[in-house]
Amino acid sequence: MTVLDTPAWRPRTDAAPLMPDPEPFRLLGTPEAARLDPALLGELYGQLVRGRRYNRQATALTRQGRLAVYPSSTGQEACEVAAALALGAQDWLFPSYRDTLAVVARGVDPVEALTLLRGDWHTGYDPRATRVAPLSTPLSTQLPHAVGLAHAARVSGDDVVALAMVGDGGTSEGDFHEALNFAAVWHAPVVFLVQNNGFAISVPLAKQTAAPSLAHKAVGYGMPGRLVDGNDVAAVHQVLTEAVARARAGGGPTLVEAITYRVEAHTNADDATRYRTDDEVAAWQAHDPIALLERELAGRGLLDDALRQRAADEAEALAADLRTRMQEEPRLDPAELFAHVYAEPTQQLREQEAMLRAELEAEQQS
Amino acid sequence: MSAATPGVAARPAPAPAPPKPTTMAQALNQALRDAMAADRSVHVMGEDVGTLGGVFRITDGLAAEFGEDRCTDTPLAEAGILGTAVGMAMYGLRPVVEMQFDAFAYPAFEQLVSHVARMRNRTRGALPLPLTIRIPFGGGIGGVEHHSDSSEAYYLHTPGLHVVTPATVEDAYGLLRAAIASDDPVVFMEPKRLYWSKADWSAQEPAQVPPIGRAVVRRTGRSATLVTYGPSVPVCLEAAEAAKEEGWDLGVVDLRSLVPFDEETVAAAVRATGRAVVVHESSGFGGAGAEIAARITERCFHHLSAPVLRVAGFDIPYPPPMLERHHLPGVDRILDAVGRLQWEEA
Ligand SMILES: Cc1ncc(C[n+]2csc(CCOP(=O)(O)OP(=O)(O)O)c2C)c(N)n1
Repeated sequence: MTVLDTPAWRPRTDAAPLMPDPEPFRLLGTPEAARLDPALLGELYGQLVRGRRYNRQATALTRQGRLAVYPSSTGQEACEVAAALALGAQDWLFPSYRDTLAVVARGVDPVEALTLLRGDWHTGYDPRATRVAPLSTPLSTQLPHAVGLAHAARVSGDDVVALAMVGDGGTSEGDFHEALNFAAVWHAPVVFLVQNNGFAISVPLAKQTAAPSLAHKAVGYGMPGRLVDGNDVAAVHQVLTEAVARARAGGGPTLVEAITYRVEAHTNADDATRYRTDDEVAAWQAHDPIALLERELAGRGLLDDALRQRAADEAEALAADLRTRMQEEPRLDPAELFAHVYAEPTQQLREQEAMLRAELEAEQQS
Repeated sequence: MSAATPGVAARPAPAPAPPKPTTMAQALNQALRDAMAADRSVHVMGEDVGTLGGVFRITDGLAAEFGEDRCTDTPLAEAGILGTAVGMAMYGLRPVVEMQFDAFAYPAFEQLVSHVARMRNRTRGALPLPLTIRIPFGGGIGGVEHHSDSSEAYYLHTPGLHVVTPATVEDAYGLLRAAIASDDPVVFMEPKRLYWSKADWSAQEPAQVPPIGRAVVRRTGRSATLVTYGPSVPVCLEAAEAAKEEGWDLGVVDLRSLVPFDEETVAAAVRATGRAVVVHESSGFGGAGAEIAARITERCFHHLSAPVLRVAGFDIPYPPPMLERHHLPGVDRILDAVGRLQWEEA
């Protein structure tokens, strides 16, 4: 018996219950799926169809020059939709640049959600009113924000959970590590959703990590990790709903790795043929989230014309609205450049604003 | 001015105690205590700030008085500390973050530049971040490598941040209260060399809390004006005293706030003398002094009898402690610069 055998110096938690099941959790096409509520499946279906259409429309808007850039989530709609639906109204979503669909599925106006990518401002919606944090471009930097917000809510005695989204490449960033560590130490009500879509632009996961899986990283922080089929919308929804409920009940954070695939290139500006094969894309298209759910619905006799039609109509309405409103020129006010730097503009900013105003007036007169 | 005082005024101030000898460290501690007592949303967080009271004891006793949820020993990760503070501020709290030393704030730089400084702007004012980042900075304490940096230029070059530094016990209290009450993020740089400087002092009435963005004339002069801030203020005052022997009557302006920059006070003080020397500890090239000298020249050109000179640290990585006295601007180097202000042509 040495001091090493005293409890203070022994491992403090049992790692086994935190370990992810190496078999990704699935529901669709399994016997378990029979227990899924048809109304939920119908809603998920409508959201997926709408999401796919939204992605297609946004991509088309880049070709028309209406969006500066669009990182599509085509193929990843199950994760995007499930993330939004797993949250309660009081909860917060922390999206990355790829997650405008999750933002829209949470109820944010699509034109406002796309402000960043259109380029008429940075964040187009009110984060406090929508409880959606700004789309984060610097990878993983939004994760500590989610932890801090969840922690603040907990110490304030409020029932608020934060769900933060990040890509597989983002898990290599220091902020990923720090956020998970803070979350576990603080027992913060936060859920981390990693969408492992295989690539960070061109770099495959094998060059990011030697971990058994990204979900396994959770164990080192003392939180549970879960692996899920990211194209099985029912499975992602269930795993996230459970993680949110666990956080809400005081159970602390969870790391969820959803295995999915980025069917489109990184953005419209990327050429994916330089780093991956058509065969790989085809294999994933055969595991498409909408097709998976349709098969389930059809097997249970739930995929009737009414459901299809309603989903298609809603998707078309969203796309048409987006198309129309994005054809309008955005309202730009150069004076606004100076308005929100500080609560009160500094003297120097006031002088610079006056200078720009004078330049603009001269421009109009000439 | 952004330094509204809602948090400060939230509770009637106790009758001011009679002045007694107080260190800058104690005044900062009092400012944190009073801010926490006045406003429940003020949370202090950082490395060793709880049980230990901070390596400089600035947070001494706060965890015991307000509980560990309000004065929190965080994991050791500066980006995580600032990143989580951003989230806390998003939720409506007023975090006061302590960075243990100047050079250990660098891991948090991305959060500072990419989020803290931009959140209000990015969200069109919907999400202001009322948070204070306290950074002990500067040399002269015999610190080994990475314990003596003057990093203010990195911060003042970042739009969206206020950058404030006190030079007196009274300002340490007042400016920290103002920083915590501000709805904008404030980088609050504490001259660690002055932590143990003393003055007869008692906590100000809230009305006396100085607004952020106002410089103060510490000494009026007729010959030349020294423009400075933070740890270099006492050095400049000493130089002004010594200059009397040379027949020079030097003024000293203490900026107190680098951002916002109080051009009016500086320009008026320089116009009164026609000569200016800007003094700071951090390296001169691309430093705060370059900006200040440029603005003085732009504003006061026809009043100047000599080019604006700078006395700054050398353009070298901060020296080891046994050599630091050669790097730090001292009285002699300041007087040499004053002597070079083209007196013969005046
Ligand atoms: C800190 C930082 N470094 C680099 C980039 C440039 N960048 C944008 S997206 C991206 C790949 C991210 O991959 P992943 O995290 O897997 O997310 P995905 O794009 O696949 O959704 C890179 C390198 C960035 N946005 N932020």
